[in-house]
Amino acid sequence: MAIEVRIPTILRTYTDGAKAVEGSGATLDALFSDLDVRHPGLRERLVDGRELRRFVNVYLNDEDVRFLAGINTEVAAGDSVTILPAVAGGAR
Amino acid sequence: MKYDTPLDAVGNTPLVGLPRLSATVPGNEAGLVRLWAKLEDRNPTGSVKDRPALHMIEQAEAAGRLTPGCTILEPTSGNTGISLAMAAKLKGYRMVCVMPENTSEERRELLRMWGAEVISSPAAGGSNTAVRVAKELAAEHPDWVMLYQYGNPDNAGAHYAGTGPEILADLPSVTHFVAGLGTTGTLMGVGRFLREKVPGIQIVAAEPRYDDLIYGLRNLDEGFVPELYDAEVLTTRFSVGSADAVRRTRELLQLEGIFAGISTGCGVHAAIGVGRKAAKAGERADIVFVVADGGWKYLSTGIYTAETTEQAVEALQGQLWA
Repeated sequence: MAIEVRIPTILRTYTDGAKAVEGSGATLDALFSDLDVRHPGLRERLVDGRELRRFVNVYLNDEDVRFLAGINTEVAAGDSVTILPAVAGGAR
Repeated sequence: MKYDTPLDAVGNTPLVGLPRLSATVPGNEAGLVRLWAKLEDRNPTGSVKDRPALHMIEQAEAAGRLTPGCTILEPTSGNTGISLAMAAKLKGYRMVCVMPENTSEERRELLRMWGAEVISSPAAGGSNTAVRVAKELAAEHPDWVMLYQYGNPDNAGAHYAGTGPEILADLPSVTHFVAGLGTTGTLMGVGRFLREKVPGIQIVAAEPRYDDLIYGLRNLDEGFVPELYDAEVLTTRFSVGSADAVRRTRELLQLEGIFAGISTGCGVHAAIGVGRKAAKAGERADIVFVVADGGWKYLSTGIYTAETTEQAVEALQGQLWA
């Protein structure tokens, strides 16, 4: 079973308009690299160097990965990842 | 319990155990995880916002910023405005609220009922746009007093002095505190207090996540962070979509008979999320979440009586619910 990644409207230009895509990897970092193979440019919009971009939030099973291990957070088949622009209370 | 005036009745709300909801936490067969609700809908105007509203007004009066005859201006998606309007009416201030145009009619009616003037801000951008419009109005009317709940330390101060100590007194075994993330005042105030008193306490934010109708209009680089927010106070943060918030609000009603607003369902979802992690790890947990308001202001959405959660979610499309 793959990992489902939900894509916000603003980034759907990279996914041919798809609201959700699937990928694989042991960590978010690996998952984003895997996604970038099929959706070139997506990773660059999410990650800056070794960190998530400031106004991008990523959630693993609804929990903010900045409070877990950032892009090194471990993920597993069946998990759900949600990417969102930051709202009130946004980035740290 | 007896109070000399209605405003004296702010706070000292009940904390109730939720055995039936706790039993639904995955992996909690041993009953190690207990959920508790802090019933903030029992405040005079029916929401948790009575605490910061009254405290901000009293501190501004004490500092000489608010004097008789003043006009109070506030960006609000509803509850803070309602609380401020009631206090302003009793204390003789004029009240102007800036509110997103896509908030429920009940909220507008409540504000008008307590004598507040309502200025609508565009739906696009939600509360962020309301904040921007209010800041523009404040610049045009330098004599108006904007208490500004997003950056006023007395917002968090109300919870540091009231909500936090009440929870600890009622439940010294508390392990987690969960609340919605809007102004961040509840989490910052209660969080700081409990961190000083309870070793290992976990402070959990539940952030409402709206549908694409609102997010689609936003830009990734326009995130608004309330000045009160300090990520160091939080242990973790959950983002809860409309569907989960609605589902949990309905579960709270069906299992425990608690008729709460939709933002409470957001907190319930996060509380169950941390409860599941504790149960999986075999750890005891006493998880307190906040019932920020009752469901009255959201009745017209139809989410409480819709036959299925799917129909309830459909009914909520495009509306700001927290």
